Amino acid sequence: MLADQDRIFTNLYGMHDRSLKGAIARGHWDGTKQLLELGRGEIVERMKASGLRGRGGAGFPTGLKWSFMPKESDGRPAYLVVNADESEPGTCKDREIMRHDPHTLIEGCLIAGFAMGAEACYIYIRGEYIREREALQTAIDEAYEAGLIGKNACKSGYDYEIYLHHGAGAYICGEETALLESLEGRKGMPRLKPPFPANTGLYGCPTTVNNVESIAVVPTILRRGSDWFAGFGRPNNAGTKVFAISGHVNNPCVVEEAMSITLRELLETHCGGVRGGWNNIKAVIPGGSSVPCLPQGLCDEAIMDFDWLREQRSGLGTAAVIVMDQSTDIIKAIWRLSKFYKHESCGQCTPCREGTGWMMRVMDRLVTGDAEPEEIDMLLDVTKQVEGHTICALGDAAAWPIQGLIRHFRDEIEDRIKAKRTGRVSAVAAE
Amino acid sequence: MLRRLHPEQPESFAFTPGNQAWAEDQIKKYPEGREASAVIPLLWRAQEQEGWVTKPAIEVIAEMLGLAKIRVFEVASFYFMFQLQPVGSIAHVQVCGTTSCMICGAEDLIAVCKDKIAPEPHQISADGKFSWEEVECLGACSNAPMAQIGKDYYEDLTAEGFGELLDAFSRGEVPKPGPQNGRFASEPLSGLSSLKEFAGGHQGNASVELATTWGDTVKRITGDEVPVLDVAKPKAKSPAKPKAPKVEKHEPAAPVTTKAEVAKKSVAKPKIDKKVDAEAGSKPETLSEARSGGPDDLKQIKGVGPKMEGMLHKLGFFHFDQVAKWSEEEVAWVDQNLEGFKGRVSRDSWVEQAKVLAEGGTTTFSAKVKKGKVY
Repeated sequence: MLADQDRIFTNLYGMHDRSLKGAIARGHWDGTKQLLELGRGEIVERMKASGLRGRGGAGFPTGLKWSFMPKESDGRPAYLVVNADESEPGTCKDREIMRHDPHTLIEGCLIAGFAMGAEACYIYIRGEYIREREALQTAIDEAYEAGLIGKNACKSGYDYEIYLHHGAGAYICGEETALLESLEGRKGMPRLKPPFPANTGLYGCPTTVNNVESIAVVPTILRRGSDWFAGFGRPNNAGTKVFAISGHVNNPCVVEEAMSITLRELLETHCGGVRGGWNNIKAVIPGGSSVPCLPQGLCDEAIMDFDWLREQRSGLGTAAVIVMDQSTDIIKAIWRLSKFYKHESCGQCTPCREGTGWMMRVMDRLVTGDAEPEEIDMLLDVTKQVEGHTICALGDAAAWPIQGLIRHFRDEIEDRIKAKRTGRVSAVAAE
Repeated sequence: MLRRLHPEQPESFAFTPGNQAWAEDQIKKYPEGREASAVIPLLWRAQEQEGWVTKPAIEVIAEMLGLAKIRVFEVASFYFMFQLQPVGSIAHVQVCGTTSCMICGAEDLIAVCKDKIAPEPHQISADGKFSWEEVECLGACSNAPMAQIGKDYYEDLTAEGFGELLDAFSRGEVPKPGPQNGRFASEPLSGLSSLKEFAGGHQGNASVELATTWGDTVKRITGDEVPVLDVAKPKAKSPAKPKAPKVEKHEPAAPVTTKAEVAKKSVAKPKIDKKVDAEAGSKPETLSEARSGGPDDLKQIKGVGPKMEGMLHKLGFFHFDQVAKWSEEEVAWVDQNLEGFKGRVSRDSWVEQAKVLAEGGTTTFSAKVKKGKVY
């Protein structure tokens, strides 16, 4: 288990002093000026060396992303935009950072903004997080008052503003270009790429969009060294990670752990194990609603990092672990995700707008067993037609959970159809 | 999903002076020429003030931001948090129904809503107090199942406990938000598995403490809750850059404000001071008891329930004609003195209703009450 002194978010549960004073006592805002004095290039190099991969789902190396920002301004200002639109079902980690350890994020915004030559930062928080917004705004105000941000931030000579902006309930705004559209006051519809935000982003200016956790870990990485951070997890999967565990475990919780921890250790150390014992596990969604589920067999050996999960044709995503025990109707659980994606499709691309509804309606029938057996393959075929044929990844995200379901639980779907037709429950389903 | 404006719209909309000042300040967060960015925060404040987003509100905001009305309407109809139809007078209840919550019992919570509020989502309950809907993931999955009521998350719910929560709201109480099973935040229920040495020192997690400090969980926001402060920040150099922004001191969470700052802007009222507000307006004439013949059934006024009726009796109001005579000043006084229901008199236009009832007439609502359909 990760030792407390190796945790970055030492006030994740908000039990300690949440104010600036408390944050300073826990070691944040310590020598920030000296960190800025390292210079843009050096900070980016150190971030690359730490091996930090984006915590928002895609896992793109953070330092590399920053290096795409123009080195010399062509007259346009540059922006850092923090994606705090945490909406991926199962994910509730950034919420804890923003309400309980907000100064990690604010200090990170300053350093990251400096490293990419930004002159202002917009934090886009989801609209439902009203108290979290208030808590974060309080912390931003504290930082302004203490001269840590604003004009001559931390007496470094660098002027930097941080603004908090909020959305109003649209999952799609977690996609970076949709987020920028929303921040500009429009419907959250993703933009075609290229041009990428690093070239043409917010208000047509160079912009980098990073997840809350990716930014909030930056100050600690720089203070403790890239090697320290790279020391956790398997190669290419460095660092610590905030996991959010929900569903059928005895004690669902949010907890920071080392990357590449095994699923079993994660659940047994922090969550009191699976409800009804380890063997009562039916399936686990390891990284939020968009990634395919793992069946029981794979859970035994599952390693929670980007590469292992990708090898199993799943993904770490946001590290939101949804545990389902044997009592779960797995078909219905995935159907609910299909309903979610249908609800949240922005309607811009036809394959997604029509496909999500189509997939949900077939899933409706699979839940009740009122489908033809051929429809399973037809559904799989449709998911392939949606996947990769849309501007953003929402189409893919809608397709993957269904593909995972069919890959691992096809027999259960077939049994249900058979049972409905014959009125008999087959031996497998009755077990 | 198809979302349309409600067929019945109010005549007009105006931000309260407090909200107007707040809104103008918000716009300054964005660079010149980029004022459109403020559209979501402004629409949201309009909803916080009115309960839902009305057509006049959309038009007013379009005017403020220099946008075509359609640009504001398409935003209002795109984002699901904007309620485009009236909602319950106390609260619109949003139950999270996505997978994590669903497998932990969200369907039972929805059954409670159907039973206690209304069979269909967005339908207002018979007593006018609540409406509900199933929403997509609210991002509190480790505390599933949960629901958002007003500004706050009520987490780790059971169907029974959720029913009790709704009853408490119905009585005019505001139950403490946050986890309802004894947890502090999102730590393991059985005790901390990490960060043990940092424990202690707070009454509640950040969300709960803010909610209890401000007491505005289901309050309609007028902008007078916290001071609007004016902390000057550096002017930007080029027009493409953000212009002199103001630190957003007035976001309803500014308990850190120092006295000196409050003094900077004398117009700004600090936190609601109950004593001061209780003296607002002038006290109407009251009776020590009902006149012979007994009190009128004040519950025939829409917005007055059994609890409110008791409160009115305590204040010395028993008859429709008493209510009908209230002047604006007097309405303000009563508004401030209804513990837990502040502002209800003007919001539900009691005086107009009472005028009709005092003359022996009926309103649509009183007819329902007489038939026994409400209480």
